[in-house]
Amino acid sequence: MKQDSSVPRVEIRINECKGCHLCVAACPKKVLTPSGSFNNQGYNYAKYKGEGCIGCGICFYSCPEPGAITVYKKES
Amino acid sequence: MSTNPNILSKSKAFYDEFTRKGVEDVITTHYCPGCGHGILHKMIAEAVADLGIQDKTILISPVGCSVFAYYYFDTGNVQVAHGRAPAAATGVKRARPGSIVISYQGDGDLAAIGTAEIVHAANRGESMTVFFVNNAIYGMTGGQMAPTTTIGQKTATTPYGRKAENEGYPIKMSELISTLNAPVFVERVSLADVPNRNKTRNVVKKAIQNQVEGKGFSFVEVLSACPSGLKKTPVETNEWVKSTLHTIFPIGNYRDNTANAQAMFKKDPSSNRDDVLKALNLLDRSTDYKTSVDKTKFTDQNVRLAGFGGQGILSAGSTLSVLAMYEGLETTWIPSYGPEMRGGTSNCHVRVSNKRIGSPLVETPNVLITMNGPSLEKFESIVEKNGIIIVNSSIIDKKVTRKDVKTYYVPLTQISTDMGVPAAQSVAGLAAYLAITKVIPVEKLEYIVHKSLKRKELAEKNIAIIRKVAEYINSL
Repeated sequence: MKQDSSVPRVEIRINECKGCHLCVAACPKKVLTPSGSFNNQGYNYAKYKGEGCIGCGICFYSCPEPGAITVYKKES
Repeated sequence: MSTNPNILSKSKAFYDEFTRKGVEDVITTHYCPGCGHGILHKMIAEAVADLGIQDKTILISPVGCSVFAYYYFDTGNVQVAHGRAPAAATGVKRARPGSIVISYQGDGDLAAIGTAEIVHAANRGESMTVFFVNNAIYGMTGGQMAPTTTIGQKTATTPYGRKAENEGYPIKMSELISTLNAPVFVERVSLADVPNRNKTRNVVKKAIQNQVEGKGFSFVEVLSACPSGLKKTPVETNEWVKSTLHTIFPIGNYRDNTANAQAMFKKDPSSNRDDVLKALNLLDRSTDYKTSVDKTKFTDQNVRLAGFGGQGILSAGSTLSVLAMYEGLETTWIPSYGPEMRGGTSNCHVRVSNKRIGSPLVETPNVLITMNGPSLEKFESIVEKNGIIIVNSSIIDKKVTRKDVKTYYVPLTQISTDMGVPAAQSVAGLAAYLAITKVIPVEKLEYIVHKSLKRKELAEKNIAIIRKVAEYINSL
């Protein structure tokens, strides 16, 4: 699916998330939330609400897993 | 991994897949949810990638939760014994001065079992970067007290809370390290909230950058959350880190001499012949010495001299080493003896080579000189095949049983005693060895003895003994 690169967004790889929710606590725009569902390993993974991400990257540097979060900033 | 600056994703300094022994999952780390290690790993990986040093970075991983760092970082990796990361890092950096060496340790590893190693690596100002993860508990082993555990903190081994009178106070490593002269950069940071994480990212990069610029020892203490050890949620644990650890372990810079720091390189000591002789005060005495060994054709000599204390074993061994130094060869000598000054067993290891010598130990000698019975019994079996055993037949009645070595029976004590110098019996053994093998002409031994013995009469007797032994060998 081709994403609109002018809109910042965050992508969470469900099976790499361990449900610590440090990203949820850290997000300044409160656009991340516990999903309420369980991934393959059994963790209540975090999810992006779908809008409101400003591409700040705070969640990326709060997340302990190397590949769980990808942040697409607004292209300059 | 993307190199697009507009995308924040898994660093290229990590492996694409985290294949671990015995584990099916290859996409996540082994760390518990909310663990600070993962966050710090990401910051280190980012700095390594940004600085363009991935192909020359060597990560030294410890024992503790971060023991498996080598499964994640696509760099050079060495996983070392508990607490010894700074010692191993010292060796790696000195052997590979062009590499970037990152020593990564937790609080049990660095501040308990490895306290000596970190203090001395810091004190030597080794050119390395140390990341010290302080989460105030032993995580991997199940939440026992760490040296950094706070007063009153309940752990598996302090169920009533840590008490200063029983377990001492939390140890403050950044403060301790910053009392030393050599470290150029010491800072304590935290991963507990967003502003601190932003600060930590910069400090991690600076600490590695310091090494890229050759500036010496950088130490970063990272206050970190261990939700499993603390038995709290990840978010609660970070609150605890802020409310408790931040007050006991103040965040901040403890040393920054990077602006003035000179590039530090540990130079190998010279093994140049004249430099060595000068350092040992032997140069003046060696001006008329003519070297006679063709160094390109020299065969390694691994010699054990053995006997009882008082036979001059150790000094004969060191005489061989001095002779090797006069010849400009590489040499080592180490003694092995009991606490007695006279009597008891005594032996020494001497190595002589045309190449640098890694270890001074001689475990399989190609030459064994035995001065008494027990020495032959003890060491006969370790001589390498086709090696040489010289037996002091004045004292040793026993015969060598091995058929795969060359054996020479020489009445060393008798020859020396006949000349009135029983103390020269081990030098006589040395003379026999040189007369047999001719690795260094036996006349050169006369020269060394002449130079090193102040009493002229004694020197002459020693030289007479050496000649007598050489004649004896040549007559065999």
